[in-house]
Amino acid sequence: MTLHDVYILSPEISMVALAIIVIGVDITTRHKGMLSLISLIGLAIPITLTILLWDDIDTNGNLIGIFNSITLTTFSLYFKLLILTITFLVIMASGDLPESLRKLKAEFIGLILLSASGMMLLAGVTEFISIYLSIELSTLPLIALSAFLMTSRSSEAGIKFLVLSGISSAILLYGMLIIYGITGTTYLNEISSVIQESSILDKPFGNTSMMLGIILIIAGIGFKVSAVPFHMWVPDVYEGAPTHLIAFLSVASKSIGFAILLKILYIAFPFFENDWSTLFAIMAVASMSIGNIVAMTQTDMKRMLGYSGIAHAGYIMVGIASITSGAQHGGETSGPSSVLFYLAAYSASNLAAFFIIATISNYTKSHKIDDLAGMWHRSPLLSLVLLISLISLIGLPPTGLFIGKIFLFTAAIQSNLTWLAIAGVINSVISTYYYLKPVRVMFMSESINVEPARLRIIPTAAIVITGIIIVALGIAPQILTSFSDISGTSILPLH
Amino acid sequence: MDTFHGLLTSIVFVPMMGALIIGVLIKDPVKVKALATLTVLINLLLSTIVFIQFNPNAPERFQLVDKFHWFSSSAFTAQYQMGVDGLSAPLVLLTGLLSVCAVLVSWNINIRVKEYFIWILILQTSVMGVFVSLDFIMFFVFWELELIPMYFLISIWGTGRKRYSAMKFLVFTFLGSAFMLIGIITLLLAPNIAGGDLAKLAEVGTSGAVTIIPMQLVFWLFFLGFAIKLPIVPVHTWLPDAHTDAPTAVSIMLAGVLLKMGGYGLLRISIGMFPEIAQGYALELTILAVITILYAAIITLKQTDLKRLIAYSSVSHMGLVLLGIGSIGTSGGGFATIGLTGAAMQLFTHGTITGLLFLSVGVIYEKTHTRYIPDLGGLASRMPLVTICFMIGGLASLGLPGMSGFVAEALVFLGAFKSFPILTGLGAFAIVIAAGYILWMIERVLFGNKKDRFESVTDGHLWTNVVPMTLLVITILGIGVYPSILTRVFEAGIQPIGALFS
Repeated sequence: MTLHDVYILSPEISMVALAIIVIGVDITTRHKGMLSLISLIGLAIPITLTILLWDDIDTNGNLIGIFNSITLTTFSLYFKLLILTITFLVIMASGDLPESLRKLKAEFIGLILLSASGMMLLAGVTEFISIYLSIELSTLPLIALSAFLMTSRSSEAGIKFLVLSGISSAILLYGMLIIYGITGTTYLNEISSVIQESSILDKPFGNTSMMLGIILIIAGIGFKVSAVPFHMWVPDVYEGAPTHLIAFLSVASKSIGFAILLKILYIAFPFFENDWSTLFAIMAVASMSIGNIVAMTQTDMKRMLGYSGIAHAGYIMVGIASITSGAQHGGETSGPSSVLFYLAAYSASNLAAFFIIATISNYTKSHKIDDLAGMWHRSPLLSLVLLISLISLIGLPPTGLFIGKIFLFTAAIQSNLTWLAIAGVINSVISTYYYLKPVRVMFMSESINVEPARLRIIPTAAIVITGIIIVALGIAPQILTSFSDISGTSILPLH
Repeated sequence: MDTFHGLLTSIVFVPMMGALIIGVLIKDPVKVKALATLTVLINLLLSTIVFIQFNPNAPERFQLVDKFHWFSSSAFTAQYQMGVDGLSAPLVLLTGLLSVCAVLVSWNINIRVKEYFIWILILQTSVMGVFVSLDFIMFFVFWELELIPMYFLISIWGTGRKRYSAMKFLVFTFLGSAFMLIGIITLLLAPNIAGGDLAKLAEVGTSGAVTIIPMQLVFWLFFLGFAIKLPIVPVHTWLPDAHTDAPTAVSIMLAGVLLKMGGYGLLRISIGMFPEIAQGYALELTILAVITILYAAIITLKQTDLKRLIAYSSVSHMGLVLLGIGSIGTSGGGFATIGLTGAAMQLFTHGTITGLLFLSVGVIYEKTHTRYIPDLGGLASRMPLVTICFMIGGLASLGLPGMSGFVAEALVFLGAFKSFPILTGLGAFAIVIAAGYILWMIERVLFGNKKDRFESVTDGHLWTNVVPMTLLVITILGIGVYPSILTRVFEAGIQPIGALFS
């Protein structure tokens, strides 16, 4: 490991160091409030380092290191910054952890930081073994955290998550193994050149074993991003696990899952793009429809958002299915760029919703939609931000996901997938039904308990920040598109 | 090329600012009402300035333009672009006028006052935005922005099955606009036309655009969005529900300006940008129009709820807009220009007429607590002011000469007759039916036997009712007597569109 490698890994290294410091400080002090402060200030270091790396890449081109297993591009750094921002906000919001978790705050923050460092690694690695290891590093802390509440529901969530992510990892590993068996390499870029040389391009995905390998890999990652038909674990884990963890899991895990998916597809298998485009188009329709339709029947806010997350995975896969070769007017696809924009806007919207549920459920001791009744009187601020977040999830202006959906559907139509875009907009219409349910309860149902909620400053600040991000992305998308466009196109082949 | 005039930008965002100030600073309900009134009055002043400043004889088609770069992605660029032409300037004035009426009649709102006025003002921003936007993405943003305020306004301050109606309104409109979005994106991606610039598209049109899906399909995608909003039978079912259950002010806004967004879209986009395709489908459009006019008129006859009655009559009258559009069936002779001007006039006049009718119904409901027609009767002697307004609105609505409705309807029939004489004749039969339901309604509600339990009912003469009534009556009579104040401007906007069919 050379100094250059350390430089490349510096954000991840500082993250792990921060995690250790937080847990260390916890042993020596009784002030739990200090912990979030330390970690929030400490996060400035990886953030600064990532920005420095971006600057370096911008001027000097991509950075390659650690036996060529890491290639830092603007694509990777975009995701690192996204994960860091999410982590920052989650730690801010963790001031509102439920009573039973307060004494475990150091463990919560430490494990979140460790998981985030695994995700940041994932954003950079371009080699199968490192991908696998980083996925494990990012998932295991989350599994531990989901059982953290020590209730039977929470333990069930933990076990379910453990077993299913174990299975998905095994499937992923098996897929990687098959690809390695065929191509003799684990490096993504080498896989694509081997495929190009071996002229096995006549069948879907080359040949049957190649197809099996790729599909197993997609299945393995499909679990992480909660795409249909690999979504079964989502509702139960979302319902049982601590809300702050789910806030992190639902956006960070999903974002990084899609990042690695895009990377594997575009770097290792660009020659099969027509095949995986079809596959993702089908999965997109299935995810959107099943997610949205099942979400309608939910009465628990967290479960509902779980299904909504499945539906949004579907929207995002519309962007993945939008490939260059389908485009009629020439030019490159804007699929990956739109996915990047969408993920950021989705993260803000989902974080806002989960943070608010976490804060409010400290008072109501419930995640039921009906128990949001009278929230408008109790806390206008939280109601307003939740309204903005839900409007964004529907895809109405002036919010980030409104613009995000326009980008995604533009990419689809550009790639001659108009039918997919139509399926997407119809699904958006369907989704209004269940997203407006909490709005209705919040603003229109009366409740006996109308005493104002007492809000803590830092978690409330996190909620307000997410709300501002959502609206800002809707009014001035340029603040993000200038980054997401560069990053998204940097992954396209021949660029 | 960036230009910034600022007038239209302020027209769109003054209500939004008003809403923000109310939301953040003001608690006292009376002050909220006062500030909201001040905001809409400023906006009425601004829209009057726009209407006066707009020069129909100027060579530039779009005037008072605000334009700068908004955002771009790798696939398309969106401009912040606003401007008015002869088509949108009167509609801006209409929105300003009806917003004042809506806010004034809302002074009797007593529950959740602050939120109510915030939503009304945001609604006004969105409608203004639709009429002045000259960029597809911006147009779409404002088009969608209106959904959430309307949802809240109907489902909190409405009556009856308000939540069901609000949801139905939202789902129908959203579905229409969702299809429209596909059309918009398809046009944005066409490499050889002007992208999302509505001003340029209005000049060069979309013929010859290389699009991914057939242009005919794009036309119908847009048409569906506008048809639901207008509304056209059979996608009109949201409208009677929404109207019946909405509070008075929202009914005024809904019938007065929100439906006009559909008509405006048809004229500006469906006809103005797809002239050849629209002409090819002129027969189909006219058949749809006649079905709408007759079906809605017949249904109106048997309504027993006052608001529902006016809602269905609105559907019938909006069918006339589409009939006017049917005049594009024949090229040459200037019939298209006549018919389209009639359609545009109909948008404006119907806005003022229904506004007045809903206003009167609102007062009647407030005083008698019923809208069920068989329960009403003999109100003329007790409520002379409302009676006068109701009769002026009703007579204007059935197209009595000397009132604004007549001008618009005459132009519509005149324009469409050349292309489809039989269908137009059928459509004209709706005037007879309209006379039937309007006069019958007036007879049952205002005249007939005096009911004892309405003995203590009076007009009340609240200034918040009298002022908007006066404004609307003056507008209706003014246009009826001196239509060219409006036609002159509308013609400037319609001329270039009509010229596509010469």
